[in-house]
Amino acid sequence: MGRMDILELKHIYYQVEDKKILSDISLKVRRGSRLTITGHSGSGKSTILKLIADLISPSSGEIFFKNQNINDLDPVEYRRHVSYCFQQPSLFGETVKDNLHFPYELRKQAPSEDEITELLWKVDLDKSYLDKKITTLSGGEKQRVALIRNLIFKPEVLLLDEVTTGLDEQSKSIVHQLISDYHKAGTTILEVTHDPAEIDLASQIIEIKKGSRVK
Amino acid sequence: MSDLNVSNLSLVLAFALVLVSIAISSKEKLGLAKDTLISVARAIVQLIAVGYVLKFILHVDNILLTFLATLVIIFNASWNASKRDPNPKRKLWNSIVALLVGTYTTLGLLLVTGTIKWTPVQIIPITGMIAGNEMVACGLCYRALNNSFHDLQQQVLERLALGADVKTACLPILRRSIKTAMQPTIDSAKTVGLVNLPGMMSGLIFAGVNPINAIKYQIIITFMLLSATSLGAVISCYLAYRNYFNDRKQLDF
Repeated sequence: MGRMDILELKHIYYQVEDKKILSDISLKVRRGSRLTITGHSGSGKSTILKLIADLISPSSGEIFFKNQNINDLDPVEYRRHVSYCFQQPSLFGETVKDNLHFPYELRKQAPSEDEITELLWKVDLDKSYLDKKITTLSGGEKQRVALIRNLIFKPEVLLLDEVTTGLDEQSKSIVHQLISDYHKAGTTILEVTHDPAEIDLASQIIEIKKGSRVK
Repeated sequence: MSDLNVSNLSLVLAFALVLVSIAISSKEKLGLAKDTLISVARAIVQLIAVGYVLKFILHVDNILLTFLATLVIIFNASWNASKRDPNPKRKLWNSIVALLVGTYTTLGLLLVTGTIKWTPVQIIPITGMIAGNEMVACGLCYRALNNSFHDLQQQVLERLALGADVKTACLPILRRSIKTAMQPTIDSAKTVGLVNLPGMMSGLIFAGVNPINAIKYQIIITFMLLSATSLGAVISCYLAYRNYFNDRKQLDF
């Protein structure tokens, strides 16, 4: 693993019971890069992100984060640096505020209303959204709230699992802009996407076919 | 009290009540006749055995023997509670700890307040009532945990992905499960005397005790069961949820 690499996957295999999901996946991710994983549905793309997020462990192989095997790191601390965003996120509690205060509660810090308002503004939502019930939000608004929930404490690596799938053009464009801003500010982005606009922005593209890397 | 003697002939004739159940099962093709007969046979054998064991323990009236009897009750209740846990990674000791703490804390409070005395005639039935209710509460708690982990799996994963520890990731599930486990005891307390005349109170009235005294006992039993099921549910829940995670703090069930 070079000094410039933030993540490295070495010969990753993943299977559930007898079903092989991933076979011999190796890759290096440069710090500050934007890597896109493409492939057909069910090819194992999301599994790669979940493995990197340490939400599941490989059947064999190793994952390194900044030259350290992630098995040697505290998973809770690691996940605060390598943050995974779900394709169809579920929001917690009752209001938007409950969700945006959650990352502060985890770190036992008082919520910063200024930081939260600024992030809301970046995704084209105003302060009044804080008290909105999550059940009244549209799909696009939910995805934007979920995304900024992951970004309140800027992660070093952001794992995006088809976060713009199913969004309307306006929401998609807002999310694209936010991700680009974080990328420019130094966050490493790994995304699973089928969106040609997102693929065009990638500095590295890998393709997965039937659980194996073909590109 | 001689009115309470049940002759062997009466007992045999009362078996007709079981035949009613079997007849219904056969008529409605429920397929429960065999199960009913097995359960009745088991109940008869178990009760006869327990009857003789209790007769011996009450006769000996020994502190240690009484304590041993409570341990046996608690272990049996724990074993049954644990069997109700659908998680294949369940651990028997989770139920044992929950029932030991719940039962002895409640018994201790009753003893300290002078409500009951350490005599087998009081301790053994009370322990049975406490452990039996805790067993049901723990079983409900385990099932609610399992259902909630299936229903709210993504919420747990999202909390973990945001850097929550396992307990914080599960808090809504824990609250929901404890609530489910305690609800029957609370509901029962709401309707006691109006819908059902509970066993303790009925037993005392049946034995000729003044209903006012019987009610006082029942009030204590209601308090006791609230305490015992709360303790049992909370402890079993806080121990059992960890069985849904592996060492890497990943959801694994």
